[in-house]
Amino acid sequence: MAMSKDEIRAAVLEIIEEIAPDEDIASMNDEEPIREQIGLDSMDFLDIVMELRKQYKVEVPEDDYNELRTLASTVAYLEGKM
Amino acid sequence: MKLEDTAPQYDAVVIGGGIGGMTAANRLAKFGHKVLLLEHHFELGGLAAYFKRKGFIFDTALHGFPVGMIKTCRKYWSKEIADCIVQVDSIRYDNPQFCIDTTYTTEDFTDKLINFFKVTPETVESFFKACQSMDFFDDREKTTLEFFEEYFPGRSDIHRFLMEPIHYANGSTFLEPAITYGIVFSNFMSKGVYFFTGGTDLFVKMCREEMEKNGVDIVMQATVEKILLENGKVAGVVANGKEIKTKSVLSNANLKATCLDMIGAENLPADFAASCKEMRLSTSNSQVFIGIKEGVTLPFIGDIIFHSSAESFAPEEYIHNPPHSRSFSIYYPKCRPGYDRYAIAASMGARMSDWENLSDEEYEKAKENLIEQTLSILEQKLVPNIREITEYVEAATPRTFQRYTLHKEGATFGTKFEGLKVSEDLPKAVPGAYHAGSVAIIMSGWLGAANYGVIVANQLDEYLCKA
Repeated sequence: MAMSKDEIRAAVLEIIEEIAPDEDIASMNDEEPIREQIGLDSMDFLDIVMELRKQYKVEVPEDDYNELRTLASTVAYLEGKM
Repeated sequence: MKLEDTAPQYDAVVIGGGIGGMTAANRLAKFGHKVLLLEHHFELGGLAAYFKRKGFIFDTALHGFPVGMIKTCRKYWSKEIADCIVQVDSIRYDNPQFCIDTTYTTEDFTDKLINFFKVTPETVESFFKACQSMDFFDDREKTTLEFFEEYFPGRSDIHRFLMEPIHYANGSTFLEPAITYGIVFSNFMSKGVYFFTGGTDLFVKMCREEMEKNGVDIVMQATVEKILLENGKVAGVVANGKEIKTKSVLSNANLKATCLDMIGAENLPADFAASCKEMRLSTSNSQVFIGIKEGVTLPFIGDIIFHSSAESFAPEEYIHNPPHSRSFSIYYPKCRPGYDRYAIAASMGARMSDWENLSDEEYEKAKENLIEQTLSILEQKLVPNIREITEYVEAATPRTFQRYTLHKEGATFGTKFEGLKVSEDLPKAVPGAYHAGSVAIIMSGWLGAANYGVIVANQLDEYLCKA
């Protein structure tokens, strides 16, 4: 069964928390670019893509990386895929 | 493991156990793939090498990576490996234009630019910002020199201050694209320069243990001669004459050798083969290793010293034969807890063409000259009694690098910038074939190599998951 928006949001936050354990995930705003709110570098970003593949079998091709800019756009992009 | 004990089939064969190859092998094994790592030498590490002589341990390329190495080791290796990384105390410049000690942190570097070089704080800030905002996709036409000229016109002293450490870190010069400078400089220019406590030998040992724990099969002294294709896709490798089946390869060997020798130009699309042939290699290095007598203590003179007698920083001056410029890494007992000897390693840019055609006798004489010039600089500038306190001295040349790494022309930083595209395009040209190694300046050094290994391991994982 497909995951709901809320479930996807929680799953993405859980992945971010694993990758950047020192960041304040709870205070993140859904509409602002993720990388401007917490200290994620380009390798961390690739780790998120990798975890989506490993944990949820979702493939994010390089051309779609821009879709993962904000939490809201990430959830919208992943809806129906996981 | 021995070559005859390898499994009948692997998901991935990693060719070469440099930092990029080891990091990729470890990651692929953690993902659950069956991985074989083949290394031609009897030690892992590639250019992250060390050797033992007469009671000394010498490192060839240990000093100085950015703070990001801590996070990379923690995420892709282990916390124990990451915990060995510590900041170096001081970096010295000594040249006809200036003599400066710096921690190479943002704060100290800003301070030196403002108070010593008399640049306005606004200029420094905008220069740092410009470096940080540089992205892969930006203008690649602008050279580093043109970029420096925008902020510090006519200031060859500042250009040298900015360029010299990066040149030693990755072999780049003023003529490389500005973005390669900006990306590497920003990596360094935050929290200073770092070092692996315990030395290269400990690092390599810990990496090996981690790989074995994660199930990587490792065979030493196994030289890959061919990458075998079936219907245009990777199907196996030949190592020491033995055929091994695999769904994919990740080569950490020199890119040119991987494409043109192991796969073979005849097996590549014509335009890709042409790019491989046109791709320029980076230059090489010479090194002089000096072991200090037991019981002698060196005063602290900096961890890394950039010394040059050249009037200004000019690319040719840094690969000149005989050398006008060299970096010194000073190994104090703090570098290897429990080991109290001091050692000095000098590194100089060098070209294979200056070394390859020498007779045995000329070669030995040239090595002696290299050693003599290095001792002479130390005597005049840094350690006046160096000749009295030296117990052991040895030199390495581009020929040494070629012998131990099999890199064409002994190239110590892989290829020039165009190599990045060739490296990235390899899997499109030959499905199942990947390359992660020193290319294009930005993927060089311990951190660049490790991160590139991760990036390519991720791509290879996608290929295996789809298959």
